[in-house]
Amino acid sequence: MNSTIPSQTTLPWLWRLPALVYRSGALIISLLLIGLIVLLSGASPIEVIGRMLVGAVSTPDQIGRVVATLSTLLLCAAGLVYTFNAGLYNLGVEGQVTFGAIATTFVLRLLYPEEATASLLPPPLTIALGILAGALGGVLWGLLAGALHVYGRISEIFAGLGLNFAATGVAIYLIFGPWKRPGVASLSGTQPFDESLWLGTFGQTEATPVGLGLGLLALLITIVVMRNTYFGLRLRAVGKNQYAAHVLGVPARQQLLSAFFICGLFAGLAGAIQVVGVFHRLIPNISSNLGFLGLLVVMLVNFDPLWVLPVALFFSALNIGSLQLPLSLGLESSLAGVIQGLLVLFALLGRGLAQRYAAS
Amino acid sequence: MDSAQLLIILATAITTATPLVFACLGETLTERAGVINLSAEGTVMLGAMVGFVVAKTTESVWLGFLGAAAVGMLVALIVAYGAITLRQSQIAIGFVLALLCSDLSSYLGNPYVRIPGPTVPPAFPIPILEAIPVLGPLFFRQGDVLVYASYVLIIGMWFYFYRTRAGLTLRAIGEQPAAAFVRGHNVVALRYLYTLIGGAMIGIAGAAFSLDFKAGWSHRHTAGYGWIALAIVIFGGWNPLRVALGAYLFGILQSLASVAQSSIQDVPTQVFTVAPFILMILVLVLTSAGWLDRLLGYLPVTPRRALMRALRTAPPAALGRPFEQD
Repeated sequence: MNSTIPSQTTLPWLWRLPALVYRSGALIISLLLIGLIVLLSGASPIEVIGRMLVGAVSTPDQIGRVVATLSTLLLCAAGLVYTFNAGLYNLGVEGQVTFGAIATTFVLRLLYPEEATASLLPPPLTIALGILAGALGGVLWGLLAGALHVYGRISEIFAGLGLNFAATGVAIYLIFGPWKRPGVASLSGTQPFDESLWLGTFGQTEATPVGLGLGLLALLITIVVMRNTYFGLRLRAVGKNQYAAHVLGVPARQQLLSAFFICGLFAGLAGAIQVVGVFHRLIPNISSNLGFLGLLVVMLVNFDPLWVLPVALFFSALNIGSLQLPLSLGLESSLAGVIQGLLVLFALLGRGLAQRYAAS
Repeated sequence: MDSAQLLIILATAITTATPLVFACLGETLTERAGVINLSAEGTVMLGAMVGFVVAKTTESVWLGFLGAAAVGMLVALIVAYGAITLRQSQIAIGFVLALLCSDLSSYLGNPYVRIPGPTVPPAFPIPILEAIPVLGPLFFRQGDVLVYASYVLIIGMWFYFYRTRAGLTLRAIGEQPAAAFVRGHNVVALRYLYTLIGGAMIGIAGAAFSLDFKAGWSHRHTAGYGWIALAIVIFGGWNPLRVALGAYLFGILQSLASVAQSSIQDVPTQVFTVAPFILMILVLVLTSAGWLDRLLGYLPVTPRRALMRALRTAPPAALGRPFEQD
């Protein structure tokens, strides 16, 4: 671990501004860049932002989709708080979501075979078992990355990336092979489940109380664990300095594996919700890249779970609001990702500038 | 399958793997200097978009490549500034850039989707060399100048790494930056330099897709290739020759997949893109946990030494760590 003592000796005093100046300066630059990029695409930034806001909250359906996105994002972000605080870059979160979704689909297909006319068990019980299976699937994929990291001494970044592709490979194989739709197999996914296996929604929207409840609960647990428990403290100790933590008697391996376990659990739940609450079937990109977005959220809040909810809500609104852009302005919806990416990038740079140059 | 057919498949594999070779070598150069440029996925895609747009508007393919190289350098500069100067996590900055650049390529490249554009003009077989049996048809009748350029790059980089003084310094700043600094090398400046050159090569890889091997531009045109390049660099043990071999191996897998698809229709080609990652994990498991050493321990001494040298793949010791010069 490198020391984080900033070196200020070589700098003229003029540069040594308060940390806040660097951080807000970075934010302003990122906003200017966002405006510039929108201008480059030949649109007016004010109009684009207006459309995105309107596109996120103007109809119950849109609000429902924001809430549905938020639920999955919260589960991913809450899980990632543990791995980040343990000093891990769990890029494998996408694969953990995907494998959770695969496990859920497996159980739902088992309890409601294609040729059957009703679920073998009462539908609520079937759904509950499906969600439980999703959590287990996520844990399995998370612990696999954890074992490769802890026992195989492989960088968790590459183990995770590799397992992401492996999980997607398994999903695509299943969608085209054993679980293919009667008739033609296609990238649009497996045969949708019977409506009795869909999670109940808020009115006619996509948002499900169960999904939102699980997301908020996961975040709440995470806030309590990270702020008020000895486990959270030890996790941070391992993250800050694994060697020192080991010397002081913290079982580092056990802490790292627990972080992978919990993150896999929450990510697996996210995958389950994507299946039973959002898509009602298995599709190749079942995670909707919300695992990666979760990484951005947690990086932006500097691993502090207290700020996850507002940022996740804002990012979810951007995702859904941007879907209006192609329809109304002929622009690409990936602007949401551009805005999210620039905000996080400049937050990181601003933090670095403040650490290096700010007067303390 | 007769030998002529096999030769065609292998030659196609070399062609399809060429953009990947550029990306992999760029990443190898960067990582050898001790910096991980995790943005490769986004850099390749943004390079592909910018290369296509520049070539389309200027009607010059070569200006397109220049534009892609400049974009790759710009992204690498952000990685270098954040990682080397500000000493922030290289992983965090690289990862954010990977996502950001992918989305940026989709957003700004939207007006250019699926329109015809200029492509690299075909080249001729290389005289004399093309007459060599097997190797001739395999390597020297490629009909593409970028393929030939990639050979020069592979061999040139290997020579630079292992046979020149500057190459020795490059390896030193990735392995023992403190020692290199004491010997009078400017570690920070050199890391910037190699990160920028590596970034330019990754950007060029993107343009090699959009202007030549997968001509045109569409959303997520090169999706997955950047991550695959990162995996292949590890698989190739940070050695230019073996990294190129890894890229070719992936090319072979891809061509076999498209051949196989006609016979096994159930399995889509996407499943085969998983292969490099599985191989990467296997290689990492074998090499990082000391199992390889244990396995080789059963062999007699003479082949053991040679095999160890051939198979040993340790990452540069200071990879991903900031260097405290002062």
